[in-house]
Amino acid sequence: MSVIARKKRRSVLLTIAGVRETGISIFILLLVVVVSLRSPYFLTVSNIKDVLMDIAILSIVAIGEAMVIITRGIDLSVASTLALAGMAVGMTISSHPEIPPGGALLMGMGIGAVLGSVNGLLVTKGHIPPIITTLGTMSIYRGLVFAISGGAWVDADEMTKEFIGMTKGEILFIPNLVFMAGIVAIISYYFLNHTSTGRQIYALGSNPTAARVAGIHVHRNLFLAYLISGILCGMGGVLWISRYASAQSDTAVGFELQAIAAAVVGGVSTLGGSGTIPGVLLGSLLLGIVVNALSLVHISPFWKLAVQGLIILAAVVTDALLSRRLQQSRSAEGTS
Amino acid sequence: MDGEIRSEPILKLVGIRKAFDGTQALAGVDFELCPGEIHALVGENGAGKSTLIKVITGVHRPDAGEILFRGEPVVITNPLDAQRLGIAAIYQEPTLFPDLDIAENIFMGHYPLRRFTRRVAWRQLYDQAARTLRVLGMDLDPRTRVRGLTVAQLQMVEIAKALSFNARILIMDEPTSTLTLSEVAELFSTARQLRDAGTAIIFISHRLEEVFGLADRVTVLRDGHYVGTCNVSEVTPDELIRMMVGRTLNDLFPKSDVKQGSVVLRVEGLTKEGVFRDISFELHQGEILGLAGLAGARRTDVAQAIFGVAPADRGKIWVDGQQVAIRHPKEALALGIAYVPENRQQHGLILPMNITHNVTLPILQQFARMGGWLDSRAEAQTAQEITTRLDVRAAGLWQLASALSGGNQQKVVLAKWLTTRPRILILDEPTRGIDVGTKAAVHELMSTLASQGMAILMISSELPEILGMSDRILVMNEGRLVNQFTRAEATQEKIMLAATGSSSA
Repeated sequence: MSVIARKKRRSVLLTIAGVRETGISIFILLLVVVVSLRSPYFLTVSNIKDVLMDIAILSIVAIGEAMVIITRGIDLSVASTLALAGMAVGMTISSHPEIPPGGALLMGMGIGAVLGSVNGLLVTKGHIPPIITTLGTMSIYRGLVFAISGGAWVDADEMTKEFIGMTKGEILFIPNLVFMAGIVAIISYYFLNHTSTGRQIYALGSNPTAARVAGIHVHRNLFLAYLISGILCGMGGVLWISRYASAQSDTAVGFELQAIAAAVVGGVSTLGGSGTIPGVLLGSLLLGIVVNALSLVHISPFWKLAVQGLIILAAVVTDALLSRRLQQSRSAEGTS
Repeated sequence: MDGEIRSEPILKLVGIRKAFDGTQALAGVDFELCPGEIHALVGENGAGKSTLIKVITGVHRPDAGEILFRGEPVVITNPLDAQRLGIAAIYQEPTLFPDLDIAENIFMGHYPLRRFTRRVAWRQLYDQAARTLRVLGMDLDPRTRVRGLTVAQLQMVEIAKALSFNARILIMDEPTSTLTLSEVAELFSTARQLRDAGTAIIFISHRLEEVFGLADRVTVLRDGHYVGTCNVSEVTPDELIRMMVGRTLNDLFPKSDVKQGSVVLRVEGLTKEGVFRDISFELHQGEILGLAGLAGARRTDVAQAIFGVAPADRGKIWVDGQQVAIRHPKEALALGIAYVPENRQQHGLILPMNITHNVTLPILQQFARMGGWLDSRAEAQTAQEITTRLDVRAAGLWQLASALSGGNQQKVVLAKWLTTRPRILILDEPTRGIDVGTKAAVHELMSTLASQGMAILMISSELPEILGMSDRILVMNEGRLVNQFTRAEATQEKIMLAATGSSSA
C-alpha cells in the first residue's frame, strides 16, 4: 500500500535522522571548521595524531563508564582505579623488569577486575546506591595508591624501554595507543549490540522491573558492568604510566569527571538504557578537540577551563535540541 | 429516587462526560450532594468513580456537563480551585510530607502568619492543630513527625487538614481498605460526627456492608453511566449489586468448549504474609481459569508469586505433577510458564526498544551463535512471524514500543510471551485499556490457545470477560480465595457478592 511506498522514500532521511550521534557529529564538524580557520596547524597529521593519542585512554575509560551509566548506575571510582592499577603495575615492573609489556597490561586489567568486582558486589549484594558505593571506593582506591607507594613516584628510568615503547609505536601509521582504543571500542560495540548480555544490559537499564519479569538476572548483569568498567580502568592505568612514563600518587585526579562527561556528551543517558559506543567515542573526541583547540587558538589560560565547560554545554544543548526535533518528526512519521 | 426533603444541594453535577484516548470514562453522569449527608458512590472497577472524583477535585476537566456549587455554575480547573471551594479528598494512601510534623502537615500551604513580620506563628499553629486533633478524638501531639504514623492516623491527619481550610465537602476514596476493624469504626464515627456538623461527605468503598453501615444515600455508576441514586434505607444489597452489574452479556466472547486434560499447575496453601493467605487451586490443560475480584484483592500478587517475581513465603507449587520452587522469573520460564503483566508499560515492555527486541527479550539465548553473536536475521524472522500472527499494526518491526497504541503494545507483550512457547499462560488484565477490536482479537487468541492445550489463568476485573471467557472462576477478596464457580453456575451477581463480602467475619 501507499504506506510502504512512503516509508521507502523517507527511509534514508530517517536513518540519518534516527542515528543518535547526528547532533554531536555536526557540532564536532563545525568546531573543526572554526578552529582550522583560526589555526592552520590544527588539521596537520601530527596534531591529529596528538589529539587521538590524548583521547585514547579517555575513550577506553569512558566506554566502561558508559556501560555502568547504561545500567542506571555511575562509577566515580574510575580515576582512582586507573591510578591504583597503574601504581601497582609500575612498582611491580620497576622491581621485576623482566615482565613483558603484555604481561603488565594483563596484570593491570586483573587488578582493575578485582577493584571493579568490589564495586559490583557492593551495588548488587550490598544494595548500596552506585553513587555512594563508588564515592566511597573512589577515596579508598586513591588512598591505597598513597599507601602502597608511600607518596613516591615510579620514574621513567625505572621502566623498561619496551614498556614505555608500548604506547609510542605505530602500526600502519596508526599510533599503538589509538589502535588499542580501537580494539576496545570494537569489542565493546560487538558486546553491547550483538550479544544477548549486551541487550540485557540495555533492557535492565531502561526498565529493571520489566527486565526481571522477562527472566533477566538483573544483578548478574549489573555486576558485569562494574567488572568491565574496572578492567578497562586497569588497562587504562597501565597505558597511562607507559605513555607519561611515570606513575604518581595523583595520577589522573579528576579524570572520572572527564570520563563521565565524554559518555554523557556522547549521548549516554544518565537515566539509563541508552547510549552507544560510537557516541562515547565522539564524546571523547569532542573533549579532546576542545582541549587541543583551546591551546592552539591562544585563549588565555585563565579562561581555558571556563571556555571548555561552555563548549561542552553548548554541544549537549545543540544535541538535545536537534534530537528532540528529529524525534518529533520521527514519531509523526510513526503514527502516519 | 430521593424521597426525603433535604437542604439545598451543595454540589450538583449534571451530564458530566469525560473521554480518554477514545474510551468514554464518564458518559453523562449526574450526581448530587447535600450538606449533612454521607453519600456513597459505588460501581465495579472502571465504572468511573475515580474519574468522577478527579473531575470534582479539579484533576481532570470534564469534556461536557455542568458543575453547580451552591446552585452557581463553577469551573474547577485545578486542585487549588477545588480547595478554595472547600472540597477536600482523602485517599487510601495518604499524601503527606513524612518528615514534617502533624501540625505542619495540617496547615501546609496556609500557615498562620504574624501580622507585620509575616513570620510563621508557630504557637498559634500548634494550638490550632491540637484543637483540631482533639475535635477528631485523636490523642496525638501535633509535634509528632508524620513518618511512622499508622495509615489510620495518617487519614485522621488528612481529615484535620481538610478541616483546617473549612472543607464543606469531604471525599473519602476507599479509606478503609488498609484499616483494621477498630480503626474503621473510629473513622466512621468521625465521619458521622462531621456529617452531623453539616459537612457533605462522598464515600467510596468496595465493601457493601460499609455502604449500608455508614451512608445515607448511594449513587451507582456502571461503565461510565449514571444508573441511579437511592436512599440506603430503601434498598437491599441484592438490588444494589443488580444495579452495579445489570448489563446483558453479548456474544463478544468466542470461548469454545475444550476437552480439558490433566492438571498442569497445582498450587497449595500459597501464603505471603500480609498480602495473601492459603491460596489453593488447580489448573488443567486446555482450561481458562478466571480469577475475579476487586482492585486490592491481591490477585496480581498471587500471579507474581507463581511466576517468581515476588515469591511467596509458604505454600507449594506443582507443575506437571512435579513439586517446584520458583524463585526467579527465569525459573518459571524454564518450566513453561509465561506471565503477561497487568501494567504493560511498567512491567511488560522496554519502551525505548523496538518491537523485535521486545519480542525476543525472554528467549535471547535461542539466537546466540558462536561467540555470543546474536543472529539478528533469525530474531527478526521470529518477531515477524509472531507479530503477523497476532496482527500487530506498526510501520515496521523497527518501531519503538513507546510509539505504539495501547492495543498494539498489548499485542507485542502477548507476542513476547508466546514466543517462549508456554504451556501455562498467566494473563493479568489482558484487555484493560485497549480498544474493542483488539479486545475481541485477544479473546479469540485465548480461545485458540486453550483449544491447542494451553492452560490459561486469567485475572480480570471485568465481569463480562470473566464470565464470557472462563471455564471455571475463582473469586478472591482481600488476599483470600472466597469462592469458586463453574461456568454454568456463575452469574455477575454471585461473583460480585463474593468479591464485595467482608472477610472480617
